[in-house]
Formats: sequence, C-alpha cells, structure tokens
Amino acid sequence: MKELFVILIGAMFIENFVLSKFLGICPFLGVSQKTSTALGMSGAVVFVMTLSSAATYLVNDLLLKPNDLEYLQTIAFILVIAALVQFVEIVLKKLVPPLYKALGIYLPLITTNCAVLGSALINVDPERNYSLLEAIFFGFSAGLGFTMALILFSGIRERLETCDIPESFKGMPIALIAASLVSVAFVGFAGLVIQ
Amino acid sequence: MSIIVPVAVISGLGLFFGIGLAYASKVFEVKADERVEKIKELLPGANCGACGYSGCDGFAEAIVNEGVPSNKCPVSSKEILSAISDVMGLEEGDVSQMVARVICQGTWTNADMKYVYDGIHDCHAANQLAGGMSQCYYGCIGLGSCQHACPFDAIEMINGLAHIIPEKCKGCGICVAECPKGIIKMVPVLTGYTVLCANHEKGGIAKKNCKVSCIGCMKCQKVCPNDAIMVKEFLAEIDFTKCVNCGKCAEVCPQSTIHDAMHERFPYEPQPQEAKI
Repeated sequence: MKELFVILIGAMFIENFVLSKFLGICPFLGVSQKTSTALGMSGAVVFVMTLSSAATYLVNDLLLKPNDLEYLQTIAFILVIAALVQFVEIVLKKLVPPLYKALGIYLPLITTNCAVLGSALINVDPERNYSLLEAIFFGFSAGLGFTMALILFSGIRERLETCDIPESFKGMPIALIAASLVSVAFVGFAGLVIQ
Repeated sequence: MSIIVPVAVISGLGLFFGIGLAYASKVFEVKADERVEKIKELLPGANCGACGYSGCDGFAEAIVNEGVPSNKCPVSSKEILSAISDVMGLEEGDVSQMVARVICQGTWTNADMKYVYDGIHDCHAANQLAGGMSQCYYGCIGLGSCQHACPFDAIEMINGLAHIIPEKCKGCGICVAECPKGIIKMVPVLTGYTVLCANHEKGGIAKKNCKVSCIGCMKCQKVCPNDAIMVKEFLAEIDFTKCVNCGKCAEVCPQSTIHDAMHERFPYEPQPQEAKI
C-alpha cells in the first residue's frame, strides 16, 4: 500500500506531467478555456493512460525484453496506444454509449498525446522497476495529476477572461505566462522526498 | 540476421493490431442510420447554427431521429431541401428562400448624431446609452455587431450603416438576432421594393431625426394598385405576399424611403439643396 501512495503523490505533485515534465502541453493550453471541456479531456486522459500503461507494460515485458529490443519501445508503444485507443473507442460505442458520448471527441484526440506516450515510457524505465500493478497505478496517478493541472489552469483562465489585460498580452501570451507561474509554484514539490 | 527480429516484431504487432481492429469493427459494429449520412452530404456544411442545432451534423440527426422539418435550414436552396425530403420520404414543407435586409437608410449623414460615442465598438454597448448615438432611436447604430456575427461575410458597413450583400447572404438569420435595434428583417429573396425605415415617430419628428425617414404620409398606400401597403403607426409596411414590384410607391415617396433594395444597394443620400434666398 505504501508504495502505491508514494507513486500517487510522486506522479501527481513531484513529477506532475504537465507542470514539471512539460508533457501534454498541447491539451493543457488547448482545452483549458472552460472547466467543463477541461473535465472531459481529463477524463479521457485518465482513462487512456491507465489502459495504455497496462498494455504497453505487457508488450514490453513479453515481447521487447525477451528479444533485447528495448530500443524499439517508442515506436512499438505508439503503435500499441493508437491501436488500443481505436479499439476502446469501437467497444465503447457499442457497449457503453453514454461513456462514449461523454468522452466524445477527446478520446481520439489523445491517441498521439505525448503525455500518454510519456507515461508508458516512464513506466518501463528499468531504474523504476515497477511491477504491472504499480505501472498501471502510475499511469492512473499521472492522469490524475494531469487532471489537477488542467482544472487548476482552466479556473485561472476563466478568471483571466474578465481581467483587464494589456492588448498585446491578450489570449495565448497571458495564458503562457500564467502557465509558467503555476509551473514555478510546482517547483516547490521538487524537494519533497517520500520514503 | 539481427535486423530481422525487430522488423518482424514491429510488423507483427502492426499486422496483429490491424487485423484485430478490422475484426473488432465488424463485431462491435453500430448500425448507423444511412439516411443521416445522405442528409449530411446534402446539407451545406457551413455549420452556421441557424437551424438551432449544433451544426449540420446535429441537424441531420435531428431530421432523421426527431422528425424535424428540413426547411429549418434557411441556407439550403429549394432543390436541396426537396432532395432531403426525398431521402426522408416526406412531402416537402413550404420552402421559400429568404434573405436578410436592413430596413434603414440612416447613415451618419442622413441621421445626425445625438452625441459622440467613444466606447466599446459594439452596437449593444452603444444601445445602452440612450439607444445609441444616432438621432433616430429606431435606426442603425452602425458599429457593425451584425457584420461581426455574419458567418458568410455578407455584411459591410458603409458610413455607419449596415449593408447586406444579397449575393453573399445565405439567409441564416444570425444578424436578425444580433441587431439590438431589430432593424434587420428576413424577406423573400425576390422582394424588390422595401420600406427602408423603422421609425414609428410622427412625421415631423421622424423627418427631423433623419432625412430619409418614413413620415407616414400615406401616398404609397393610396397609389398601390394591389393594396399591398398599409401605414401603421406612422410607418408604411409592404405585404410581400401582395406586392408585385411595380415600383409606383417608390415614385411617389416624398422622402425616398421606398427603394428597390434588391437592385439599389447603396443608401439614398439627398443632395444638399441650395439655400433659398
């Protein structure tokens, strides 16, 4: 249990994917204008990250490692994630239409998201030496960390909408500055060591 | 030899996923109503939202699943609408294409300013301040809110008056909803002569407010051979179902308020008369 808690805190705060690893910046800036769309996107990310962590871990363990093909991880994982997301989409459409509607456009959008690929690659890092369960939990926690960052930031951006911002900073520039400030705040977690 | 294993692994994975996905898409196939696809192709695809649905896709689904009449799409031509009705196997509704028309000629030269407006460049904002800066309370404010709202780029602002370019107007009605003064009206596409004024003030006041306002003199009502014109509350109104576009009303109008708006695009501006000595 303790190991899982360490992974949760680590993935959410200390190595938050968006704010300290700078993965998944594209959806972070793209869909953070409204909290409702941010929630939809985050839901899809948590879902896909958890599933892809399991699938890529198994592919790595059963196929790549025995053949000494670790250098193929990136390309193999892209393949696995893309196929998995497609498959999940087809299945959801048939079996769980409400969930399919809720995730909507975001599910296919994150097929090639670097945060998803990043979590798969970090999972199989030999230094971490995760078991399958730990790897899945890491993927899930990283998704939660992404959710937290996205919702925090969408709150800030909703406030920015009504602020009096200098003309040249309106829109994306002020969003980038705000993002960097949030990121600086998360540097504070970098020194946290949990054993 | 060493290159064969990685190539085999990756292509094997690819093949496996490819076959797996193809198989899954067969097993988990969701039967979509093919009529939705057909209607989607027929609709203009501009996603203007004038039908009240999220876009052409949403509208196509609503036609099939909820039985919404296809003529809610104001953009489609008559042929397209009847083609959609054919797909649905229904009688076509009463479809007539409409275009938007600004019923005002109150340019900044025709209607004087009450005050100098220096605020946000938006008609709604200006409308909050005593109904806009134009002398005429009913007329065009001229800050172009309709122009910004138009998805087809069919509105241009000239000298503080909105103009709808008839060739570009698709009749989606977005500008009608946008105008705070309500002076954009949907008219049948073949309508020519229109009363280009919305001022309900009595003649004297209306004339003071704007050089080309309707003063309710009844001349057009009397001259109309088809009884298509009625003056209500000091403002002439043309019943487009009766109007035959003869143009007699425009000839007698002392204020140059009635124009063939289909062919004359620019507002009439009376030339300054020489001072009488």
